[in-house]
Amino acid sequence: MPSEFQAPANVTLRPPVASLGPLGWLRANLFNSWPNTILTLLAVWLIVRVVPPVFNWAILDAVTGQQSAAACRAPGAGACWSFLSEKWRFILFGLYPPDQHWRPALVVLLIVTMLIVSCDRRLWGWALAAIWLTGLAVVFLLMAGGIFGLPYVDDTRWGGLPLTLIISVVGMVLGFPIAVALALGRRSELPVVRALCIGFIELVRGVPLISVLFMASVMIPLFLPRDVTIDKLLRAEVGYALFFSAYLAEAIRGGLQAIPRGQYEAADSLGLTYWQKTSKIILPQALKLVIAPMVNNFIGQFKDTSLVIIIGIFDLMMTAKTALSDPAWLGFYKEAYLFIAVIYFGFCFFMSRYSLWLERHLHRGQRR
Amino acid sequence: MSIVTESIAGSAEGSADMVQLIDMHKWYGEFHVLKGINMTVSRGERIVICGPSGSGKSTLIRCINRLEEHQQGQIIVDGNELTGNLKQIDKVRSEVGMVFQAFNLFPHLTVLENCTLAPIWVRKIPRREAEATAMKYLERVRIPDQAHKYPGQLSGGQQQRVAIARSLCMTPRIMLFDEPTSALDPEMIKEVLDVMVSLAQEGMTMICVTHEMGFARTVANRVIFMDRGEIVEQNNPIEFFNNPRSERTKAFLSQVLQH
Ligand SMILES: Nc1ncnc2c1ncn2[C@@H]1O[C@H](COP(=O)(O)OP(=O)(O)OP(=O)(O)O)[C@@H](O)[C@H]1O
Ligand SMILES: [Mg+2]
Repeated sequence: MPSEFQAPANVTLRPPVASLGPLGWLRANLFNSWPNTILTLLAVWLIVRVVPPVFNWAILDAVTGQQSAAACRAPGAGACWSFLSEKWRFILFGLYPPDQHWRPALVVLLIVTMLIVSCDRRLWGWALAAIWLTGLAVVFLLMAGGIFGLPYVDDTRWGGLPLTLIISVVGMVLGFPIAVALALGRRSELPVVRALCIGFIELVRGVPLISVLFMASVMIPLFLPRDVTIDKLLRAEVGYALFFSAYLAEAIRGGLQAIPRGQYEAADSLGLTYWQKTSKIILPQALKLVIAPMVNNFIGQFKDTSLVIIIGIFDLMMTAKTALSDPAWLGFYKEAYLFIAVIYFGFCFFMSRYSLWLERHLHRGQRR
Repeated sequence: MSIVTESIAGSAEGSADMVQLIDMHKWYGEFHVLKGINMTVSRGERIVICGPSGSGKSTLIRCINRLEEHQQGQIIVDGNELTGNLKQIDKVRSEVGMVFQAFNLFPHLTVLENCTLAPIWVRKIPRREAEATAMKYLERVRIPDQAHKYPGQLSGGQQQRVAIARSLCMTPRIMLFDEPTSALDPEMIKEVLDVMVSLAQEGMTMICVTHEMGFARTVANRVIFMDRGEIVEQNNPIEFFNNPRSERTKAFLSQVLQH
């Protein structure tokens, strides 16, 4: 009798297939308990209340094509996409000379490409650093011009999405090595180094970004000789990179603390120098542990570029606001902010999905 | 082979002593862990250190490659005295292999990379050559087929053998072992001890903290018994096990040998 229940040794059994059917699925997932049933009904009610009006506004009643503001102000008119048709180039590229818009467009493409290329782990290391440094040099050549027959464009005329991306990406490229140095310095055995790093980190974390930006734009010139002027964008960029390096340093320190003492001792016992030990053993493991908090930092940092508006730099947020102040097109806030929100969201969502994928990918085959 | 290394080393420093500890003291804060250790290890000698938990065995051998700093007395390893001089410390460390109780392999590197890292970066050996050497030592510890796995994919015994191979790749002049088998399941202890015995038979200078008394009997030239930060007794294994002189040694042996 018992032999009936034994599967032949060479047959692998498949898991049983659940055959619920749509009704069964509904019952199992949406109505399996009282609280769940209430939540389901609430969700349905919300969808019924929200989706049709939004649909009407955005699509059915929307004003599209090259129409005037008057058409958008007609009673019963929905979203004014004509506003975006009119203004999208200004919002994306700001005051950059319109006949040269291909340059910032190419810059955006280049930065996005570099971001995607950076996702390939085989390039991590010096190759990636080289890609970014040359990439950023090309970005500046394209934006500023004055060489290879490209007309010169002063950085006071840069604006919109390329500027937002440049501020953010340069902030990451400058801020990351500073953050690593700060995190290492904070754990240094040299008291002076340690005190300096702790002092810097705590000082920066104790003030809001806005005040750092103000200091960078207003106070730094006070300390410089009268005939020396540093570009406003550069000042903002340095303040911004330093600000984020302090936060990033704390995230990285968390990773450093999680590395067991045995790893340091094994590296020491092989005769590795401090820098060999740090770069080959400690940092690779520590950074891997803190990918999620680091990406979290990058996302916050990307969105906080919008604060440079207060020192009069023409980022994406500022161009949208300026587009809104055109007397002919006053009042189309929803359309303008929705437009830039979609752009911000696209970048942040990409970063967040990538970090999730990376975490799963990195831990594969490396259980401890 | 051994004649060659001996003649080179002999001409370099003119002394047969690999390790010399002279009245060495160490404190952890106020706590006096090692109280005047005097000890000499000659080239090719195999020392087993035993003693109750907390007697300072780990601290002693960790001082020999400066994982711990001593505060008084002298430690001389292959003619180099350990002082605050960092260059000197790195030099000594690259000549001294160490195997830990917890293996301490680098989990983000493959077995082969674990073995080639230090030869490539410390010894500046070309990668291909380092890999060939590493494969040779992985064969000696009988796991060449695992070379491209990560440490986390190996059993404890396999990991410890990789750790031994990793040390050997630096062609150390002396190997330190700190309870290399006490984190292992019984069936894996033998595979690690076998590797250590074969190392001993090839003339490697070894200092080994262990409670494997069978290993001490067959391999050691000398067994050192420590208690409360002092060397209480040392002798060849036959005398040590058959005629222990001090009461503390007798008490310790009766406990250890019961199992
Ligand atoms: N980092 C440290 N700070 C303070 N005290 C320490 C430190 N490391 C070890 N000790 C103390 O020094 C003494 C000797 O420790 P050690 O690890 O050398 O003992 P051991 O002989 O190796 O013991 P075991 O057999 O348990 O490994 C112990 O009392 C321990 O509590
Ligand atoms: Mg110990």
